[in-house]
Amino acid sequence: MGIEQKTGNMGVVTTTLEQVVNWSRTNSMWPMLFGLACCAIEMMAAQAANYDMSRFGMELMRASPRQSDLMIVAGRVSRKMAPVLRQLYDQMPDPKWVIAMGDCASCGGVFNNYAIVQGVDEIVPVDVYVSGCPPRPEALIHGIMTLHEKVKQEKLNQWK
Amino acid sequence: MMDLQPALNAMQERFGVRSQTYRGEISLHVAPNRIIPVAQALRDDFGFDRLADLTAVDYWPQEKPRFHVVVQLYHTEARQYLRLRTALEGNAPGLPTLTGVFLNANWYEREVWDMFGIRFEGHLDLRRIIMPADWEGHPLRKDYPLGYEEVQFTFNYDEILTRKPQPME
Amino acid sequence: MTETRNIEISELRHLVSERALEGETMLLNMGPQHPATHGVLRLMLELDGEEVVNCIPDIGFLHTGVEKDMESKIYQKAEVMTDRLDYLNPIGNNLVFCLAVEKLADLDVPARAQGIRVILAELTRLSSHLLWLGTSGLDVGAMSLFLYTMREREIIQDIFELCSGQRMMTTYVRPGGLWRDIPVEFEGAVRSFIEIMPRRIEEYESLLNENPIFLERTAGIGVLTYENALRWGATGPIARASGVALDIRKAMPYMGYEQYDFDIPTRAEGDVLARYLVRVAEMRESLKIIRQALDKLPYGPVNSNNRKYVPPPRSEIGVSMEALIHHFKLWTEGFTIPKGAIYAAAESPRGELGVYLESDGGSKPYRIHYRTPSFAALQLMPLLAKGHFVADLVAIIASIDIVLGDTDR
Repeated sequence: MGIEQKTGNMGVVTTTLEQVVNWSRTNSMWPMLFGLACCAIEMMAAQAANYDMSRFGMELMRASPRQSDLMIVAGRVSRKMAPVLRQLYDQMPDPKWVIAMGDCASCGGVFNNYAIVQGVDEIVPVDVYVSGCPPRPEALIHGIMTLHEKVKQEKLNQWK
Repeated sequence: MMDLQPALNAMQERFGVRSQTYRGEISLHVAPNRIIPVAQALRDDFGFDRLADLTAVDYWPQEKPRFHVVVQLYHTEARQYLRLRTALEGNAPGLPTLTGVFLNANWYEREVWDMFGIRFEGHLDLRRIIMPADWEGHPLRKDYPLGYEEVQFTFNYDEILTRKPQPME
Repeated sequence: MTETRNIEISELRHLVSERALEGETMLLNMGPQHPATHGVLRLMLELDGEEVVNCIPDIGFLHTGVEKDMESKIYQKAEVMTDRLDYLNPIGNNLVFCLAVEKLADLDVPARAQGIRVILAELTRLSSHLLWLGTSGLDVGAMSLFLYTMREREIIQDIFELCSGQRMMTTYVRPGGLWRDIPVEFEGAVRSFIEIMPRRIEEYESLLNENPIFLERTAGIGVLTYENALRWGATGPIARASGVALDIRKAMPYMGYEQYDFDIPTRAEGDVLARYLVRVAEMRESLKIIRQALDKLPYGPVNSNNRKYVPPPRSEIGVSMEALIHHFKLWTEGFTIPKGAIYAAAESPRGELGVYLESDGGSKPYRIHYRTPSFAALQLMPLLAKGHFVADLVAIIASIDIVLGDTDR
């Protein structure tokens, strides 16, 4: 069987570069294996058999920031952790996105005190905030789908 | 349950410590300079073989002396806790370290140093354990502010926004 | 943020051996972002080739300031923070907080509430051990185990959601009782869970117990001797794996644990494998306790009748002025607790979880200190790691089952 048979009946698909790149970005978005606190447990649950995040092309959690596209800040960020978190973000290659998972990462949550950064957006730019303490795995998946929608809307001149 | 009363009487005779019972829990009030011999005697002669907890309380400003160091010892055989309380004078007090008697006092003392600024003399590794090494102040002291950020409501949103750290772009 | 101060190298010199100063051994940083540190633990390692000479844990990356924050909140609100300390044992944290408050306030807890608390605490222990089993399996290379254990963990989370509406941070246990009674479906759900669970535990064991890779990586690794376990005051499964039969549930029973028949599994070896075996055996014991508690569960109220501490039921508020006042006062001012200090302890999945609570007679805790098992266990890390390979370090960290929220508070 040659290439003629393979491609023969498939017709021609026309699309824009913008769309095809955005589409491929959304379907292989590798999150960083990076759990901070309670939300990390729900992040694990989202990856386990019951919720199975890999349905959306996110099965590969990379332990190294150099290989990941998405940082899920799962949990509260302390003042001691903040410089580390920023360094991890800086080590990620572009394009990169950040999800603030849970109330603590979004706005400090119930902890309004000296030790906790009141929202991770003080340190890194956040694309999607997921509410809940901790958010259910469905909520995290919804947050990621929202991010996918956002990425699909990105224009060529906004690409990093 | 084993009766601890003979042990307490003996301690009282030997070290002149005052004991107090509240809700079935026994506390011994120990002078700072006697904490080592008292702990040693409790461990070796009376069977309190495990240090369960070591922490401190700050009574600023209403009480003097300001700090109390609170030690929980556990008697495995009698299945009972015993509390040692030591009142410490001054704003930057010191106490002999218990690490020589109970090995696991190490981290608890580092935590008390970190959180309260109580120095443990003779401790081999008295560094900050929880806060960053360059942190100023001791957070669990009562004169240390909670350090919260103001919560924005519709009526004061803009006013507080000017003082808030700005989100990263 | 404060300006950074440079830490002089002389401040840290005493931590490493002389050989490190001559460049003979290598210093390596592990964490805080590392897949095998179970959170944000940082280890500074001094290595001689592959062998660990010194291991210096650095904690505090998840310091939440909970103890300080709780001092400025009334007891009901402070309890919400306790869930988030040890996030694998939220009900246990609530429970020990309530034990302290109840002990200090001399508050009674009805028998039904005690039974439900025991069931939920044991379910939490199971769910914590399941997660531990899955992740420590991941760490030593048994990938698929994680998917199996999370499958069962979801059943437990569903049970929590059934009674409290939340999967993890339930705050279901309240001073004087529970938030509300369990729903009717609860018993069936728990019974069907304890029905299937023994078979599932066998399934995990069939994956691990005779797995040569798993045995190779765990047997004889990170040995804690009986003497060291005593001297370092180890508690929980770590102590029990070294032969110290210490369990607060047996030693100082709370919540009516004395009426249930269960064993304390112990092992003599004290290595990573022994800790695994002890925890798996503990899961079976938990199932036993849950079954007995369900069988014995009496009917009756789930909250104390002491209106000074426990809000009146909804139904009373409409008809009784008194109840309305109590409800309003309790949720605005909170309740006050007599002046005094108390230490309450409970057995968490990781060991002795204690609360030192001091009240000045007001409605807020004057000082509250959590004696957390992970903090105590992590102290053993330098001792356990010495002389092992870096790869074994991963298995050791997994075996002491640290939760960094618990360590740093």
